[in-house]
Parts: sequence; structure tokens; C-alpha cells
Amino acid sequence: MSTAAANDLSIASRGERHSLNADALKRSERGEQVRLLALTLPALLLVGIVALAPIGWLSGLSFVGPNGLTLVNYQRLIHPSYELTLITTFQLAFLVTALCLILGYPLAYLASQMSSRGASLVLLCVLFPFWTSLLVRTYAWLVILQRRGLVNTWLRDLGVIDEPLRLVHNFTGTAIGMTHIMLPFMVLPLYAAMKNISPDYMRAASNLGASPIRAFWNVFVPLSRPGIFAGLIIVFVLSLGFYVTPALLGGGRVMMWSMQIERSIAVYSDWGAASALGVVLLVITMGILWLVSRLASIGSFMERA
Amino acid sequence: MRIRVILSASVFACAATLASAPVHAQQTLTIASWGGAYQKAQRQAWFDVVEKELGIKIKEDTTSGLADVRAQVASGRPTWDIVQQGNYSCAILDKEGKVEKLDPAILAVPGIPANMKGEGWVSNLVYSAALAWNDAKYKDKKPSGWADMWDVKTFPGGRTMRRSPVYNLEAALIADGVPMDKLYPLDVDRALKKLKEIRPNVTVWWASGAQSAQVLKDGDVDMAQIWNGRAQDLAKSGAKVALTFNQQILLTDCWVVPKGAPNKELAMKAIQIMSRPEVQARISLFINYGPANADAFKTGIIKPEVAASLPSAPENAKKGFVLDANYWAANLDELTKKFDLFIQE
Repeated sequence: MSTAAANDLSIASRGERHSLNADALKRSERGEQVRLLALTLPALLLVGIVALAPIGWLSGLSFVGPNGLTLVNYQRLIHPSYELTLITTFQLAFLVTALCLILGYPLAYLASQMSSRGASLVLLCVLFPFWTSLLVRTYAWLVILQRRGLVNTWLRDLGVIDEPLRLVHNFTGTAIGMTHIMLPFMVLPLYAAMKNISPDYMRAASNLGASPIRAFWNVFVPLSRPGIFAGLIIVFVLSLGFYVTPALLGGGRVMMWSMQIERSIAVYSDWGAASALGVVLLVITMGILWLVSRLASIGSFMERA
Repeated sequence: MRIRVILSASVFACAATLASAPVHAQQTLTIASWGGAYQKAQRQAWFDVVEKELGIKIKEDTTSGLADVRAQVASGRPTWDIVQQGNYSCAILDKEGKVEKLDPAILAVPGIPANMKGEGWVSNLVYSAALAWNDAKYKDKKPSGWADMWDVKTFPGGRTMRRSPVYNLEAALIADGVPMDKLYPLDVDRALKKLKEIRPNVTVWWASGAQSAQVLKDGDVDMAQIWNGRAQDLAKSGAKVALTFNQQILLTDCWVVPKGAPNKELAMKAIQIMSRPEVQARISLFINYGPANADAFKTGIIKPEVAASLPSAPENAKKGFVLDANYWAANLDELTKKFDLFIQE
């Protein structure tokens, strides 16, 4: 045998050893992935079973009529009644989201600037209503706002009004009740974001000559933007699907999309129609979220530029 | 030895059971109704009587309405033999062919008005949608019919009506001068035009019986189109609420036998028994609902003072009219959409 052949052999064996090593690495990497997968599998399964599968099934159902595949469930949505409902739903969701931001931002700011004891007191007040049932809170607003409720009685006793104000059983009452119920969902993400803003930035701004208001608008508010977006999205999406509060405070004339879904089941027992309603709401909501996320990323891009 | 004794004893016991089987084998019938106090009253008034008379056992279940029956029938093997439904639901199921045609003997039971039964359904209980008001507010002149609901000059104050076209279209037409026996088929455009007049004064379009009672009790409204039981309960609890049976809209609950029910024959026999006047009358002993069989009031089982508060007592029934279940079975979907648009405008 020649040395070349021996060399070849040794190279080959070295190569083999090298590939053996790589295999081991790859195997351990794969093992790692499997272990990770095993760890996340329960969560994935849960999401798959309780979220994705029903949504898929739901959208499938919306294309099925009494005689097989059909678009009839979507065609019946082309009716002015559904149009008005859609408009009401989005009007209410936008209004409630805006009110929550206006009311929640100062509150979260206050909490973030306080001592930790003060902050926890404020947050406790924000969270406190969470521990009462939604139904109880909604009925409480009914008691406060109705014709012979607290507000109207006080205003009348003070001589401010002669005739009771129509505060409930309409759009106004629904917006008031929903804003109250949604407020914590705005305050908490805002507070979390604001707590992460180092006070040094504000000090630096004033050190460079910015007035407190200028420092707040140009430094603090932009830095709190992740919290604003999180709060806006949570409140907006939850508001779109609201049922109990509009049903009880809306006097029957504030018709939300979710109420139309309920009506499809309760009045017509039409699962196809209800599914179609659900799919339409889901698609529109996802569209809006996509748009918002695009706007947000453009915003932050422009900022960096 | 002991084992042998046990064995022979059990063989003996088995043989004894087998021998006596034809005598003791109780057939069971499954009835689904609304549950709660309502179904308990039905059990005492009716189911017990049927069990005794047919020598069978009645198993109970509860239903929340139309969708349940549809699902059971769609499965191909319904587990219920008899199901309680709200009136136009029976007519809808009958129209869809989801129920068995009833034995002619049931439909021939005397005393049940023709507009309270169909080929596949028969009514068993009667209540009504009636006019009620805050009696402290209208002290001198009392409302007496649907036209007064529209008369906001004589009877100022907020109104509550059901968030549904059912009852409202009828009430509007009556307020507009249509006689009670000429309502159907409804003149929908005329009814909606009339409803438009009262719309600004309707504070609440109620979605549940509880809501209608709450707004009347709390003074959010002064006049209500409300289920008679709800208004009577308020009055009984001390609220200043009064009610008239004048121009009341009589509504019924009814029995159906789901298509393919396991004990169809037995179900027919049970319904026939429960439709008889003397059995029908018993319901008013246990709950404040009236029987659908008018002859029940002739049996003497229902005391006159109880009858006075029941919508189906002949004295009260003749002041109102029966909701046309077949009309609503055919038009509910379309008219609900129209009505939903109307209240949102």
C-alpha cells in the first residue's frame, strides 16, 4: 500500500470523524428542539384545540347551508339592518377606546409618578371593580343613570334640571358603562410602559432647557407609546365583542354585532348565519389590527429616520 | 355448599324476575320542558296523572327551545318523546317537518280552540302579552287598550315594548283601528308606520321578561307591553302596577313529538291525557298559568278568583285574540330583520 492511499484513508476517517461530530451536534440540537417542543406542546395543543380549531370550524360552518356549500349566509348580511349594526358597533368601540385613553392616561401617569405605596393604592382602585361581576357593575350603572337614579335625583334636587336627563337605555349610557368596564384594560398596560421610562430622560430634557410640558410631550409620551398601542388594541378589540353591557344599558336600540349573533341563534337557530357574522367581525378586526400595526411601525421608522 | 346456595338462589331470583317481567316492565317516556317551578307544576299537575293512568314512568329533561329539537331530530335518534315549545316554535317545527303528525284523537279532544293547535302540535298553557301601567302615575283615567299606549297626551311617560316584531305589529295595527279579528295577514307597512309614531316614547325595547318588569318597577317607564305573569307578580309584590286583559295577545306553550321519537305511540297517548279538560285544569292549582283547553274552566277545579287572573279564562280570553302562530312561523325571519332596522334607525 502507498502512503497516498494511507493518507486518503486517514483523511477519509478524519472526515468521517468530523461528520460524526457534526451529527452528534445536530442530534443534540434536534434533541433540544424536541424537548422545547415537548415543553410548549401542551400550550400549543391548548391554543389549537380551544382557539384555532373552533375558529376553523366556525368559518367552515358559515359556508354551509341546508343544501351543502353556499354563500347564502353572507348574502343575508347584505341588509341595511346589519349595516347599521356594524356602524354602531365600531362607533361605540372607537368612542369607548378614545374615552378610556383620555381618562386612563392621566391616571396611569399619576400612578407611575407616585411612590410605590401610592401607586399600589391607585392600582388597587383601578383593579377593584375587576373583582365584581360584570353584570353587577352594569346593573350599578343602571341604578345610577336611570330616570329616578342617583344622578337625575341629585341634579333635580340641586335645581340644575327640571326634566330627568336620558342617561341610559341609549348610546350614552352604553358608552358610559363600557368605558368604566374597559378602563383597567387601558390603565394597566399604560402603567407598565410608563414605569419602564427612566426618570433620567425627563431630567435630561429639562437639563437641556425643555419646559416640563415640552419634556412630557416630546420625551415621555413617545416613550409610553408601546403602552398606548397595547391599551388601544385590547380595549378596542374587547369593545367590538361586547354583549352584556350594551344589551342592558342600550335599551334595545343599541344593537351590537354580538347581539346579532345571539339573535341568529336564539331567534332563527341559524348556526350558519351566526358563524358568518362571527367571521365578518373577525376579518374586519384583524384588518384594523393589521392597519394599526403598519401605522405603528411606519411611525417608529419615521422617528428613527 | 354456600356457593351452591347463593347460585341457586340467584338463579331462582333471575327466574322470578323473568317470570314477572311482563307485569313490571315499566315503559318510560321522556318529556323535556322549560324546567324550574314551571316544570315542577307540570309534573304535579300532569305527569303524575299520566304515569298513573298509563302505568308508565316519565323521565324529565329540560330544553331551551327550537335549536334543541332541531339538533335532536338532525341526529336521527332523538332521545325525547315529547317537547315543550313556545307557540310559533311549534308551528315552525311543524312547517319544517321536524315533528310527528299528532294522533287525530288528540286534535279531536274537545275544548282546545282551533288556533291553538296544528297538525303536529297542540297548546297546553296560555299566557298573554298585555297592557300594564304605573297605577300611581295614571290615577284618574286608566288605559284600556293599545290605542292608549300611543296616546302620550292623555297618558304621558315612557313606554316599554318587546324587542321583537311579534306583539308590536299587532298592537300597532289595533291602535290604528284594525279590529282584532281582521289582523292577519298583518299589514306590515301600516304597522311600522304606526310604530314610528310611538318610537320616540319607547324608552326601552325589552329583551327579557325580567327587564320589562324591572323598568316598570323602577319607574323608567310608565306603560308596558308585558307578559301578564310579570305584571301580576309586580302587583303582588306591592308595586303600584295595574294590568288590563283588554286587547291582550294570547300566547301559548305547546307540545310536539320530535320526528323519530323512540316512544311515539306512548307519547301520543300521554299528550291526549294531558289535553283533557279535567287534567288541563289541574295546572292552575300549582302555578299561575291558564290551561289551553277552555273546557277546563267548566270542570270546577279552577276557583273563580284564580280564573279571574288567568288570561285564558273565558271571561278574559274573549277580550283579546290569539297570536297567529302560523303567520309568525312563515314570516319571523324577514320581519325580525325589518324590525331590527326600524328600532336602530
